[in-house]
Amino acid sequence: MEITVPAVGESVFEALVALWRKEEGAAVRRDEVLCELETDKITFELQAETDGILHIAVPAGQTVKIGAIIGSIEDAGAAAAAPPHGTAAEAAPPFVMPAARKLAAEQGIDPASLAGTGTGGRVTVTDVQHALAGQTPPAAIPPAPRPAAVPADSRSRRVAMTPIRRRIAERLLQARQQTAMLTTFNEVDMSRVMALRGQYRETFRQRHQVSLGLMSFFVKASVEALREFPEVNASIDGDDLVYHDFYDLGIAIGAEKGLVVPVLRDADRLHFHEIEQQIADYGRKVQENRLTIADLEGGTFTISNGGVYGSLLSTPIINPPQSAVLGMHTIQNRPVERDGQVVLRPMMYLALSYDHRIIDGRTAVQFLKRVCGLVAEPDELFLEV
Amino acid sequence: MTETYDLVVIGAGPGGYVAAIRARQLGMTVAVVEKRATLGGVCLNEGCIPSKALLDSSELFAQIRDKAAGHGIVVEPPRLELARMQERKREVVGKLTEGIAFLFKKNGITRLTASASLAGVGNDGLIAVDITGDDPTLPAQLLGRRVLLATGSSAVALPGIPFDGRRVVDASGALAFEQVPEHLLVVGAGYIGLELGSVWRRLGARVTVVEALAKPLPATDGQVADTLVRSLKKQGFSFRMETRVSGLTQQDDGLSVELAGLSGNEQVHCDRLLVAAGRRPVTDGLGLENVGLTVGADGRLAVDDRFATAVPGIFAIGDLVAGPMLAHKASEEGVVCVERMAGQASRVEYAYLPGVVYTWPEAAGVGRTEEQLKAAGRPYLTGRFNFSANGRARCMDEGEGFVKLLADAESGRIEGVHIIGPRASDLIAEAVTAMTYGATAQDLAMTFHGHPTLAEALKEAALDAHKQAIHA
Repeated sequence: MEITVPAVGESVFEALVALWRKEEGAAVRRDEVLCELETDKITFELQAETDGILHIAVPAGQTVKIGAIIGSIEDAGAAAAAPPHGTAAEAAPPFVMPAARKLAAEQGIDPASLAGTGTGGRVTVTDVQHALAGQTPPAAIPPAPRPAAVPADSRSRRVAMTPIRRRIAERLLQARQQTAMLTTFNEVDMSRVMALRGQYRETFRQRHQVSLGLMSFFVKASVEALREFPEVNASIDGDDLVYHDFYDLGIAIGAEKGLVVPVLRDADRLHFHEIEQQIADYGRKVQENRLTIADLEGGTFTISNGGVYGSLLSTPIINPPQSAVLGMHTIQNRPVERDGQVVLRPMMYLALSYDHRIIDGRTAVQFLKRVCGLVAEPDELFLEV
Repeated sequence: MTETYDLVVIGAGPGGYVAAIRARQLGMTVAVVEKRATLGGVCLNEGCIPSKALLDSSELFAQIRDKAAGHGIVVEPPRLELARMQERKREVVGKLTEGIAFLFKKNGITRLTASASLAGVGNDGLIAVDITGDDPTLPAQLLGRRVLLATGSSAVALPGIPFDGRRVVDASGALAFEQVPEHLLVVGAGYIGLELGSVWRRLGARVTVVEALAKPLPATDGQVADTLVRSLKKQGFSFRMETRVSGLTQQDDGLSVELAGLSGNEQVHCDRLLVAAGRRPVTDGLGLENVGLTVGADGRLAVDDRFATAVPGIFAIGDLVAGPMLAHKASEEGVVCVERMAGQASRVEYAYLPGVVYTWPEAAGVGRTEEQLKAAGRPYLTGRFNFSANGRARCMDEGEGFVKLLADAESGRIEGVHIIGPRASDLIAEAVTAMTYGATAQDLAMTFHGHPTLAEALKEAALDAHKQAIHA
């Protein structure tokens, strides 16, 4: 039975064979994980559909089209009929050193295919590393000593972009080129939110097993403002405007391989703790590489918090076909005027990048002012007046 | 509030604690539940470590008593201060268990001194573990994305003869005697019986070993086992092979034990009875039934090569699963188990799992025994070298024993190495490394060995496989 790369969602055309979990020739059972595939959106595992012996056709590190054949599972019955290894007639395969076996298995290389350079033809870690780098192993003679001067070209390194990075690059450029993007700024006094969080930190945590973060306030405030300014929640499709009467908010999360934006569905119906819990769940899924395409698709508006990295002010890029993105930033105590006095207040700059084709400057400014107001005085969010 | 961990380890023996540390290194959040107040399990608290402490102390005592004169050292007959010897054992154990507690802190492992019981698997796949302990601040329950069972094993009593902790004891009891027994009867000629028998024999006890089988140490190469029995007999051990305990009567001054052997019944009087005739996995109270797990007829859990049980997310290692009940096996399984969880292609090389008996001379082996090779019917080469021809062993006045190396006749690949002699426990490491690297007898013979060392015996045995030994 052939192993093919399954279709995993719209607009996914190719996948990187990231890691073979099973070795060439390994006996596999139905539903066992064979390999990890990486697309521009997610990483997922491919399971065996039947029992048998695994044959790897595409080694780890290669990119293949959806539907491509990357290996096969030989019927276990037929495999059993084949002569077992180690019969006297057969030449003994080269011994694979333990660390080399592990590395080869993890990288999906069949160590038996390598020419071992170790004592007595043993396959060493170096042999596997050379195979990975696509080099032929050097002769067993020790290499000539390195010249003292390092060649100029070795001061830069050329590495192929991972599919996720390539996709990010494409999308960002697209957003720049195909929208009329503009950013408006404002700032918000976080005193009230900070006080609420301080006051209810323990109670909230005990009750809901999640800490009360900033994000839930901004999600709530954004939903309220989106309700009042429906253009910000809309998108352009050809010559039409598409207004969305639902509020699916993307939350940008920095991951090891790049930024991902999982979506809070129907955020208008979520309580504070549900928002925090869902974001925490997404955080874990990102870490454990368990995000699914469904987690990322859709979304009518995005919130990106550059403040976690300490950003004071930045212009976020909108995530087409969405029309706007809210950028949160770091909180600083800054002097502001209150009742004729200069006082220190925890202040955060907010940025709203928007597609000027659909959102007027006035709407964008008002939307952002509304978000600021709701975060500064969140009582309105609770009272729903 | 229920805390959720990536991994909850039940049992902090050599399997569990090593797995916990490795899991932290791999970035998992880890909680370890151990009912004992100290970490390290049976191995550290009442097994490997305290027995080696007493073996080393009693060996030193016997050396001074029996061998000093031969080296030209005149000593008054040494006097035993058993209380101090036991105290030193406790100090060694204390230092090492504290060391693990330090490692737990350093690695950020959550430690709970409590009993743990599987409570069930939630719809979200999280495994609930009930916690029971004296500390009122303990949580009632933990949640684990994965749970590793590493509860080890305990000694099995003879039918109708329960342990009483005083006269009828398991290994743990035999390590804690406050007086040297007058006559110690040991049931079971495995490594535990022979090691603890050695401790008390060296300190002056009469020791009789009763074994149901015809040979001691059934997994050991026959020649090594025979040599060891001869040596122990010389040291004053009595053996009753193919003999069973058929009855026991408590008397004022000790125990009257009835033995049923090949040549009829025999009544033996002793003051202490050590039962070391097998161990059984500890699964009582672990709540296996709550998650739908059952143990096999031997009390063990079935696992796959990732150490996964039949219930997704629940893993088991060490004495709970198939294979010899050895600390280093449990540790290796623990490491491989968590590395597999992290997606690495690790595996346990069971073929190169060494076994060591810390008698004197020590016995150690790795790979296949000569008996197994004969039974397999494949031609093999034998190389043997006696310590009596090894310079360093001579200097140490330890000429007893030999190294035996078995290699495949065709490929020369080393199939097994069996050592009886001084420091066999340390010498076997070279053989394990060589075999793990697929070495042939010739590879080992071509390898430098410092002179004069005990390890030269291994090189000579390798040479002898091709009949090229220099000193034989």
